[in-house]
Amino acid sequence: MTVVLETRNLVKKFGGITATDNVSFKLRKGARHALIGPNGAGKTTFVNQLSGVLQPTSGTVLLGGQDITGWSARRRAISGLARTFQINQLFADFTPAQTIVLAIAERENKGWEWFRPAGTRSEYVDEAVELLRSLGLSDVLDQRVGSLAYGRQRLLEIAIAVAAKPHVLLLDEPAAGVPESERDQILDVVSALPEEVALVLIEHDMDLVFRFARSISVLVNGALFVEGTPSEIANDPRVRQVYLGEEELLHV
Amino acid sequence: MTDFTDDRLRARESVISGSRWYWPEFLFWIAAASLFFLVPTKLTLLSEIFILGLMALSIDLVLGFAGIVTLGQAAFFGLGAYSAALMAKHGYGAFLFGIIPVNDPLLGLVVAAIVAGIVGFATSFLVLRGSDLTRLMVTLGVGLIIEELANKMKSVTGGSDGLQGVMPAPVLGKWDFDLYGQVAFCYTLAVLFVMFMLVRRLVHSPFGLSLKAIKQNPLRARTIGMPVNARLVAVYTIAAMIAGVAGGLLSQTTQFGSLDMVAFHRSADALLILIFGGAGYLYGGLVGAVAFRVMQDFLGNITPQYWQFWLGVILLILVLFVRGGILGLLRNGREFLSHPGAAKAGAGAVLRALIERRSPLALIFFKGAAKKVISDKRSERDGESGKGAGGV
Repeated sequence: MTVVLETRNLVKKFGGITATDNVSFKLRKGARHALIGPNGAGKTTFVNQLSGVLQPTSGTVLLGGQDITGWSARRRAISGLARTFQINQLFADFTPAQTIVLAIAERENKGWEWFRPAGTRSEYVDEAVELLRSLGLSDVLDQRVGSLAYGRQRLLEIAIAVAAKPHVLLLDEPAAGVPESERDQILDVVSALPEEVALVLIEHDMDLVFRFARSISVLVNGALFVEGTPSEIANDPRVRQVYLGEEELLHV
Repeated sequence: MTDFTDDRLRARESVISGSRWYWPEFLFWIAAASLFFLVPTKLTLLSEIFILGLMALSIDLVLGFAGIVTLGQAAFFGLGAYSAALMAKHGYGAFLFGIIPVNDPLLGLVVAAIVAGIVGFATSFLVLRGSDLTRLMVTLGVGLIIEELANKMKSVTGGSDGLQGVMPAPVLGKWDFDLYGQVAFCYTLAVLFVMFMLVRRLVHSPFGLSLKAIKQNPLRARTIGMPVNARLVAVYTIAAMIAGVAGGLLSQTTQFGSLDMVAFHRSADALLILIFGGAGYLYGGLVGAVAFRVMQDFLGNITPQYWQFWLGVILLILVLFVRGGILGLLRNGREFLSHPGAAKAGAGAVLRALIERRSPLALIFFKGAAKKVISDKRSERDGESGKGAGGV
């Protein structure tokens, strides 16, 4: 399978702290990949460099074989790299319908249209409605985003990223803060995404990770610690050491 | 599961509803036009109000929609005013392509828009970065520079003596500006209406939607592929052009160009007018301009020297207690009316506060109590729809 996203020797330093330590990482088309690691392992920092929110100190990021290290977040977005945020980044005063229609208009490069009212392109509205329905947001599609329940907002966060029809989708803790009972819905939504899209999931909920992922990378102290299939990772004593290590030390 | 056709209708409605004409809008424009017959002695004042409103509209576009605070809009207003004035002064007797008189008013407005637009474009890059405070200072700085340039370039602008001999050709070659301001009234109202309709189209288009998105969350806007900086440059330039047109209207209809037209107080007044009327509503600038001048007249009659004191008091009350200015007040009022009990709860809270605390500030309790009733009602309703969603 072709590699869609790749990093080579990626390093990010904040002062004396190395948040990303020489990470070389490959993501193949259609991947269902999970990125796990203890708190402060540098998972979000890594994703921020992939999506262009942060610039790496050194190293390169490649999208579809092309060096995109110096590209802006916007340019990466229109080249097919979408992401969700750990903390919701939504347009609070819009409705979900407005949000998705706008996202589609931007994808289709119609964001400069200034005379024709938004919403008069019925194909955009239809697409937005279908997307929102598939995420179970149809009943609230005309309500103010800021007034939606948190779980609903998390789903909209995913919907915005999906509306861009990305090749690569980075999901930064999509279930963070979502009640246990609604997590399955988020997993269902993520699992139902088109097969050819390469997905990267950052998640603390191991149950979710092992149900979703076909491959897993473990990040520790900013460095890639180990990669493998879910069963390999689950049975790897070093990974257990990392996750349980501190506790064991405490017991000793 | 909700019905697809129904979802589509609701989605379309939620995206498109803002662009639809709402009946008070018709009323507003009919009322504006009928003033021609209702108060024929105040036409000059009314033209001035329209011009103020157009300038406030230009600020609304950058502040109310794109979220850029500015204290320098007078720079573009003044550039437009001088451009149109110079065209009218030196263009007399000259013809463009042999037919259009160079001092034609509409041509003057086009030039005013272009000149203001060029300077707006050039300075727009300065407001891209930085916080609100930086933007406030940068726009203020640009305004002061333009103001001082106008003062120093005496040979062009007439400096503090002003620009005399501004003689625009008849509007559309037919109507000469008259002493009663009849042509000026119709001309400014027509230009205001056309500009307003263009802005109205703009804010409800995908471009306008993207501005509101940038105002709410620039990070998210970027990550859905929106060229945030280019959009801000574009809207700042467009707003500068509109302010330029407003300035051109003023120098043409008063047949005079002066430093007052580029002065800082104009930026501050226009911002105040917008806040007064309500930013982000489109009509806020127009409503604010009317309220501002009427108040100026009214308060000026009572206390000719201290009218600004009362203006300040009213401004403070509006900003502290009524978010969204006059139009915000109207919107809240409508909400109160549609929620029986809200106004009652508010009045009750004020009375209680007056009796228990003997505080003259008891009024502030009105909003809190009334809001609570409304939000309770709302969460009740959302709770119901939430239950419906649980079944999905």
